Amino acid sequence: MSAVLLAEQILNGIQFGIMLFLMAAGLTLVFGVMGLINLAHGSLFMIGAFAAAWVAAATGSFTAGLIAALAAAAAAGALMEILVLRRLYGRDHLDQVLATFALILIFSEGTRAVFGSFPLFLEIPDALSGTVVLPGGIQYSLYRLTLIAIGLTVASGLYLLIAKTRLGMQVRAGENDREMIAALGVDISKLYTLVFALGAALAGLAGALVGAIQSVQVGMGEPVLILAFVVIVIGGIGSIKGAFVGAILVGLTDTLGGILLPALLTMFMDNSSAASTGSALASMAIYVLMAAVLIVRPSGLFGVRH
Amino acid sequence: MRRETIINSLLLGALLCLPIWAAFVDEPFHISLATRVAIFALAGVGLNIALGLGGLVSFGHASFFGLGGYAMGVLASHAQTYTPIMEIPVLIEGTNSMPVIWLVAMGLSGGAAALIGALSLRTSGVYFIMITLAFAQMFYYFTISWSAYGGEDGLSIYVRNTFPGLNTLDPIQFFGISFVLLSLALWLCARFQNSAFGLALNAARQSPARVETIGITPYRIRLLAFVISGMITGLAGALFADLNRFVSPSMFSWQTSGEIMVFVILGGVARLCGPVAGAIVFVALEHVLGGLSEYWHIYLGSILLVIVLFARGGIVGLLAGRQVFHD
Repeated sequence: MSAVLLAEQILNGIQFGIMLFLMAAGLTLVFGVMGLINLAHGSLFMIGAFAAAWVAAATGSFTAGLIAALAAAAAAGALMEILVLRRLYGRDHLDQVLATFALILIFSEGTRAVFGSFPLFLEIPDALSGTVVLPGGIQYSLYRLTLIAIGLTVASGLYLLIAKTRLGMQVRAGENDREMIAALGVDISKLYTLVFALGAALAGLAGALVGAIQSVQVGMGEPVLILAFVVIVIGGIGSIKGAFVGAILVGLTDTLGGILLPALLTMFMDNSSAASTGSALASMAIYVLMAAVLIVRPSGLFGVRH
Repeated sequence: MRRETIINSLLLGALLCLPIWAAFVDEPFHISLATRVAIFALAGVGLNIALGLGGLVSFGHASFFGLGGYAMGVLASHAQTYTPIMEIPVLIEGTNSMPVIWLVAMGLSGGAAALIGALSLRTSGVYFIMITLAFAQMFYYFTISWSAYGGEDGLSIYVRNTFPGLNTLDPIQFFGISFVLLSLALWLCARFQNSAFGLALNAARQSPARVETIGITPYRIRLLAFVISGMITGLAGALFADLNRFVSPSMFSWQTSGEIMVFVILGGVARLCGPVAGAIVFVALEHVLGGLSEYWHIYLGSILLVIVLFARGGIVGLLAGRQVFHD
């Protein structure tokens, strides 16, 4: 295998990891601040993708599609929080899992009823199509490179927001002691809705961005959601830094495992069975990674031990 | 007699009477609906041991359901083509005998539960939910890329497996098998609740620290409960595969885990016959709403949402009042 191919796959892995981060950040934030496990986060990803594909097709502008995705996902998230999830903060996780499972059913079938079962397509904008040549002679898709840039920008923005602003301070305080900050005069329910909408907007953004490189269809959110769970389990629940490290790790493991394992197995067996065994094993690689992390650190790499 | 006991007998009686009536008026479809209920309930009874008694919120019971299904699929497909499963180091052949398949299914899912449990039980709370889900997903992707047994398309078995002395192709006899297994599992579960082990498990759910001070390790009893729970759900998976004569990766999907959980919670967590009530209502809704609208999941979702938000304790909880075994 050539070094150029490997470098390309590493970039793909990072791009995938960064998209996972956008999903995982919202999940981990909501869990850290509200103590809520939200399975319907994948639906917000799907709503973002559908809003982007629909608006981009109607207006012909990718940017309009992105804005629509952010707005639609944030609105759906806020609505979901106000109508349903707000009642679940004090409940045990079992109720939260079941209620958000119910929300997935409603969102998925609702989307199917509106848009039908056929996938929609979101075109990559002309300005971002094609490839660029990176140092070392690596040809790489400009769009995927843009995704990495957008993701890194959002990640640093999120870091600044949480670490440096007043809102971020309230969020961190809310994680530590919600009664106390409510007593200090912060409108906690408004803060929760805001945090939830922020997480939702990130999921919607990820959906719209990924929607241009895969088809936009019902059920696209749940595989990503489960990977995002793996990410935050590895990184430690509640930690944004953990989510970032975990996401890159999972992205790289998943992408490189799919390339390297079959190649490695050709040393022991013939090509076709190496390819099938390799891909079967590669699909398990991230779960093995997760198990390994858990054996060493049961509360994740950056998690707090309770 | 306690109110819950009356309700339990009514539930099981209804489940038994429907197919007998359907057999008299010759409506095989309703018999297969009842069989579906019995098998789903069995899967739920398995989960209820972990979820209700042990307080272990497993969102990955599809792992065991699917393993049971694939145990049946692999064994029966080899029996169907007369090819051995492996020759070296020992010759293992396929089989189409149900009891053997059940044993293999329970062994496999029990083994998997021991492994998954040993890892997942090191954590708790929301980590446990996500990790069990992730392991089920691992099996899901593995079977999708496992082309030797159909990959994404799954495996069809042309003839239902056999049980000595019975004609399993007769719907009512297959229902009988499923119902007897469900009753056995319920009996086991009832014995469990009042045994020393069940009490220790229940205590470990309420207060792990106190259990530890009297010399019981919560980890070990939870692990044992998780394994038993996985084995029962695995048995249900083997029966489900036999009912449809088909297995596919979708048995491992997260929706399956969610549905098994729905049977338990809809019926009432930690209620002995909760999963039976849950499965009856689920299959009835699936049947009635599915006939009304192609998008019946919207209604199912809304009903679930209302139950979680406003009717805690599930159906059996509503009917029998709030006194639960553990509270």
